Amino acid sequence: MDDFNYHEPRTLAEAAAAVQAARDGIFIAGGMSLIPALKHRRARPSDLVDLRLIDGLTGIRREADTLIVGAMTKHADVAGSDVVRNAIPDLARLVGEMADPSVRNRATLGGSIAHADPASDYPPALLALDATIVTHTRSVAAADFFTGPFTTALRKGEIVKAVDFPIPDNAAYVKFANVASRYAIVGVFVAKRAGRVRVAVTGAKAKVFRFDEMEAALEKSFTSEAIKEIAISPQGLTADIHGTPDYRAHLIGIMAQRAVASALAKSRPS
Amino acid sequence: MARVSINVNGKPEAREIKPRTLLVEFLREHLGLTGTHVGCDTTQCGCCIVLLDGKAVNSCTMLAVQADGASVTTIEGLADGDRLHPMQAAFREHHALQCGFCTPGFIMSALELVAKKKNPTEADIRYGLLGNMCRCTGYENIIKAVKAGAEAMAKAG
Repeated sequence: MDDFNYHEPRTLAEAAAAVQAARDGIFIAGGMSLIPALKHRRARPSDLVDLRLIDGLTGIRREADTLIVGAMTKHADVAGSDVVRNAIPDLARLVGEMADPSVRNRATLGGSIAHADPASDYPPALLALDATIVTHTRSVAAADFFTGPFTTALRKGEIVKAVDFPIPDNAAYVKFANVASRYAIVGVFVAKRAGRVRVAVTGAKAKVFRFDEMEAALEKSFTSEAIKEIAISPQGLTADIHGTPDYRAHLIGIMAQRAVASALAKSRPS
Repeated sequence: MARVSINVNGKPEAREIKPRTLLVEFLREHLGLTGTHVGCDTTQCGCCIVLLDGKAVNSCTMLAVQADGASVTTIEGLADGDRLHPMQAAFREHHALQCGFCTPGFIMSALELVAKKKNPTEADIRYGLLGNMCRCTGYENIIKAVKAGAEAMAKAG
């Protein structure tokens, strides 16, 4: 690992200024993706700006029909939160199945989405739930936030403060995980809220995406049968050692059907 | 250079270090506590797991400066003189190690899982140890040992 200047600001303004003033500054939250990148010299920042001493960036609360999770909230705390379990049970389950316990004790929501790994589990949840990313200067819709592999709409020096998740009527996430890393080879998050359905897919393209055709079919009939015949074209899907585009196209169909079935099984009684 | 103060196994330790120093390097090279091992160095094997304010963390994937002001417990902090901690004793009793390289990490993970749930089921133990790898493939005995260790800890109060 190369040397870097280390900063421990206590306010958002100081943190933003430190990154803006640096030749090549980067924020560190939990560091579970950044520190491996530093070790491999895939990231060689001049300055590391640690967000851990800034007040007000952690915590989970519900306000009416919105679940609000602070950016520095650790995965272990989201997975173990009764507030999350009651509001969006599959969000708690999704986070509880990310990586392993010692990673979840350090990894954070803000760090995870700012890193924007195209196989990460949080992005499909944000996209399917129509979440809003609240930064220290503005609010960004999840649909506009993830712009490419490991890239987001965040500007230089912009800090994620929290994510607002509108609480769905029902939702479920099913992934086919890489058994070693537990990243998604394909993961599908399905959410239904006030008659609108979102189907968000991770692990299959350079960035998380929505599958409109399935959404339309599910808005007519929210059953796994309704999407049984809807296939995605393998063209443009990821090819790597874990799977071919054809294999991923197949998995998207299966994971989506399972997610719908799972969402139906835990529907709120009406 | 950066100044860090970390309470390690009940003893305050302050050092001037380079900010890039990993917590595991701080423990092994600056404090001489070599019981915490570096296995994969890529956050997968769990050999470097220590307790940070009671939570199991990979000390190879954390900067020592991030632990400034925190309390760290390593494998060296468990035994009382020559008397092994009940979890260590259970690992010995159940032959839960062969080469022993992964053992400190397994024991630290086991201690957090028992702290969260006093009498873990086999499923709880398997879920809680997902971040630890044993390449001598001794998992069955490790699971038996954690169960027995948890029971011994519950008895000891």
